[in-house]
Amino acid sequence: MAEMINLTINDLPVTVEKGTKILQAAKQLHIDIPHLCYHPDQRVKARCRICSVEVVGKKRLLAACATECWDGMEVYTDTQVVRDTQRGILQLIMADHEENCLTCPRNGNCVLQELCSRFNIRRPNLTHVGKAIPIKTNNPSLVHDPEKCVKCGRCIRVCKDVQGIEALGFAGRSTNLRVTTPFNDDFTNTDCVLCGQCTVVCPVGALVEKDDTDKVLDAIFDPKKTVIVQTAPSVRVALGDAFGLPDGAVVTKKMVSALKMIGFDKIFDTNYGADLTIAEEATELIDRIKNKKTMPMTTSCCPGWVNFVEKHYPEKIAHLSTTKSPMSIFSRIAKTDYAKQENIAAENIYSVAIMPCIAKKYEAQRPELSMDGIPDTDAVITTRGLIKLIKYIGIDFPNLPENEFDNPMGESTGAGAIFGATGGVMEAALRTAHEWLTGKEMPTLEYTPVRGFEGIKEAKVNLDGNELKIAVVHTLKNAALIMDKLRDGNCDYDFIEVMACPGGCVGGGGQPVTTTFAATKKRIASLYSIDRKSKLRKSHENPYLKKLYAEFLEKPGSEKAHNLLHTHYVGRKKEFEFNK
Amino acid sequence: MKEINYITENFGKYDVFSIDSYMDIGGFASLKKVIAMDTEDIATLLTTAKIKGRGGAEYPMGRKWSQAHAVDRPHHCVVCNADEGETCTFKDRELIKNDPFNLIEAIIIAGWAVNAEDGYIYMRAEYGSLRPRLLNAIKQAEERGFLGENILNSGWNYKIHLYSGAGAYVCGEGTALIRSIEGKAGRPRMKPPFMKQSGLFSRPTCIDNVESLSIVPHLLRDAKPYMEMGQGDSIGSKMISVGGNVNRPGVYEMPFGMTVRQIIYDLAGGIQGDRNIRLIQFGGVSGKISDSRVLDVPYTYEDFAKNNLIIGSGSVLVIDERTSVIDFLRYTQDFFLHESCGQCIPCREGNRHIRIFLEKIKDGTYTDEDIKTMKTFAKVMPMSSLCGLGETAQNALKSAFEIFPEVFTSNRQKSMEAVY
Repeated sequence: MAEMINLTINDLPVTVEKGTKILQAAKQLHIDIPHLCYHPDQRVKARCRICSVEVVGKKRLLAACATECWDGMEVYTDTQVVRDTQRGILQLIMADHEENCLTCPRNGNCVLQELCSRFNIRRPNLTHVGKAIPIKTNNPSLVHDPEKCVKCGRCIRVCKDVQGIEALGFAGRSTNLRVTTPFNDDFTNTDCVLCGQCTVVCPVGALVEKDDTDKVLDAIFDPKKTVIVQTAPSVRVALGDAFGLPDGAVVTKKMVSALKMIGFDKIFDTNYGADLTIAEEATELIDRIKNKKTMPMTTSCCPGWVNFVEKHYPEKIAHLSTTKSPMSIFSRIAKTDYAKQENIAAENIYSVAIMPCIAKKYEAQRPELSMDGIPDTDAVITTRGLIKLIKYIGIDFPNLPENEFDNPMGESTGAGAIFGATGGVMEAALRTAHEWLTGKEMPTLEYTPVRGFEGIKEAKVNLDGNELKIAVVHTLKNAALIMDKLRDGNCDYDFIEVMACPGGCVGGGGQPVTTTFAATKKRIASLYSIDRKSKLRKSHENPYLKKLYAEFLEKPGSEKAHNLLHTHYVGRKKEFEFNK
Repeated sequence: MKEINYITENFGKYDVFSIDSYMDIGGFASLKKVIAMDTEDIATLLTTAKIKGRGGAEYPMGRKWSQAHAVDRPHHCVVCNADEGETCTFKDRELIKNDPFNLIEAIIIAGWAVNAEDGYIYMRAEYGSLRPRLLNAIKQAEERGFLGENILNSGWNYKIHLYSGAGAYVCGEGTALIRSIEGKAGRPRMKPPFMKQSGLFSRPTCIDNVESLSIVPHLLRDAKPYMEMGQGDSIGSKMISVGGNVNRPGVYEMPFGMTVRQIIYDLAGGIQGDRNIRLIQFGGVSGKISDSRVLDVPYTYEDFAKNNLIIGSGSVLVIDERTSVIDFLRYTQDFFLHESCGQCIPCREGNRHIRIFLEKIKDGTYTDEDIKTMKTFAKVMPMSSLCGLGETAQNALKSAFEIFPEVFTSNRQKSMEAVY
């Protein structure tokens, strides 16, 4: 058993495990010590100093996020000097902060705003020293507004420690210290893959996604347009967080009601696209194995991962499955088969995708994912964007009645649902590939070796006497480990699933800013429960998918399917131009 | 009392580019002695001599070495902090310039004492001209088997590496210094982990100032004269750098216990043009200030503490009446505004706003509220900053509140008179 120690905080006794930091010990006493740079999933930075507390016997204040408790420690979080420090730090930040809360994208869910309110920061007592700094917007996904930055370094940590990208870092010193990209270049010219993890951890409005909600509303008000919407599997288990529901609450049917109220003409499901992706990807895998084509094959549904391969390992793009992502497959079918069935001109269909992701915004504008100049997906909004739309309409979300997806593209299987969790695509693909290759169902549908939060999971699957060696990877830092193995020629996997974000799409860069690993794990459990409760749990059993292949696409992997449902990739390695 | 020659004993006595010349005057005898000694005895010797770190933090050196030795992790290293960045501090420069072999010998002794595999010298960029003599000393010591493998047949291997900074004051702070050597931006990090546990390249690290190290070979050779000098718990001698408006600015070695008056008027030859003293700052830009009221205070750790002063890096900056207190403080604040690394909010933003308040005081455009706010920040910032820079940046200002209250009075007329 762990060694326990006793201390007091504001004279209240508390017993904690040795190694506990003051911040967590205070939490046990229901005291929330203010913090800004601290993030539960990150290494301690102790940079903002707003969590400074008084400890008896110490000359200086100690950072509660960084200081381990000791036996007999006496902590005070509410003395005059602590209050002066907390208020002082906020006043110092505000004197250098663009005080434009009303027009800030984080208005209402900003950590700094909450702290200023909590500590009663009113009239400025310091000279305003903020300088105008250009905003970086030259990409489809990400907006960086350095004037709002509080230099907490959360974005730098997540970019480096979780993703291993290091597209963000500190530059300059003293009052010139800034969070920026190498050479202050546009994100697209750096190693950044637009995964958006920085926008989840940013406590303020310095790093946010490009907001396309107004674009969507404009389309809804356009009488010529039939506006259809698809929702990614992981949105339905994250959306509730923003409306006071427990982490991981499954709100699929309320979400459908909300989308109808927002004014979308048809409410469809990305899971349908996911089922199609599985049909194509499983066929592709079998083809690669049988015809000894480039192996291993990796998944390609995660746009952050695709960007990562194109930018960081361009010589390895042949390993990416050519199957499009569920979002793009869905949109292409919507603008071909669905348009024909409904007798609507493709250009009058406005396809909106609600995604847990900001890299999807980049994916949507890829020229290879368009037809005659019309993009397959017209607009991508994130889970956060959907929350905004729900609030704009004024919907009492927790008390909404429930509704079902529209047909035909609202029908899906449990295999489509688990796409949102790390390991889900692999599990879904195995269910179909196994059956197609062996003619028999998997011995157990729930293939647990690929489940869980571990960074790299490996397994061997027996497919009709052929042993398939598989790996499931999440976060790009782990992905780089696998890619380095592949580059060095000692990677003997056959099929690799990669998700750029921790936990998969449920922990995506477009998810609510309250997302933590703990919340992500609950969302994963919820997705598996959706699968468990589904009547159909194998993608190829989706009745509308069968119908689509029978009437339109012929069969998985057909020439027509290739034309419509497959794509290609381009190496985009960025070498820095030092002479610029 | 006058200048003495204990730490500076070798100055001018040998050719600083020749190890033979150094050995002729008894060089490396202390190292040979140490190899036969128990490492704990070396730390005990430093503890008996009550040597406190001479870089500014005043940490007891004997305790530091015995703690460093006790750390049960492999690949220990020693770092010699030659990033002498405190303003008006240039004693380490003189030690490197006039006695480089003694320093190398000291770093080898430190390595033996803490069982290190590598020694690093981190020298400030501005001392680039001293690089050749240190590199030469390292090379010649290697050639003679004082460095490298199986030193003096002890079975112990040790190397010394020389690194130069790039000019940031904050790199004199231990954690920033090691980051700079590691090739990272020189920004301090939080502690723990402490240096002795996980410092340079995550190895157990013992950092000492040039002067602290330089004392060691002398002490090992003959501790008696050192132990006989000084006053009370401030044993021995100290290198001081005297600068500002004095007639003979320079580096002096003097026994602890000399009065400030003797330092300024006897050693440094008094004030230029016999002017009055406006203020004196001790221990570099991060030190505290006072005025002529401290002239008869003996220069010891204890007497200084009693008078709310710190010895720190051992500098004595004398400012005569031509410079106003507020101008001096503005200059000090400019320094910190330039040198803060910018990571933590209290230091980055606090320096900036205190500078603005000082400007308002100089211009007479301040309000009572401004003075109150400034005092709050001058208190809060040192209490909550990440590293020693933020902790000490307001030392001058805070001591000015005590010594020169009229500058910060709510009576604007009085303040303006004091300002000019």
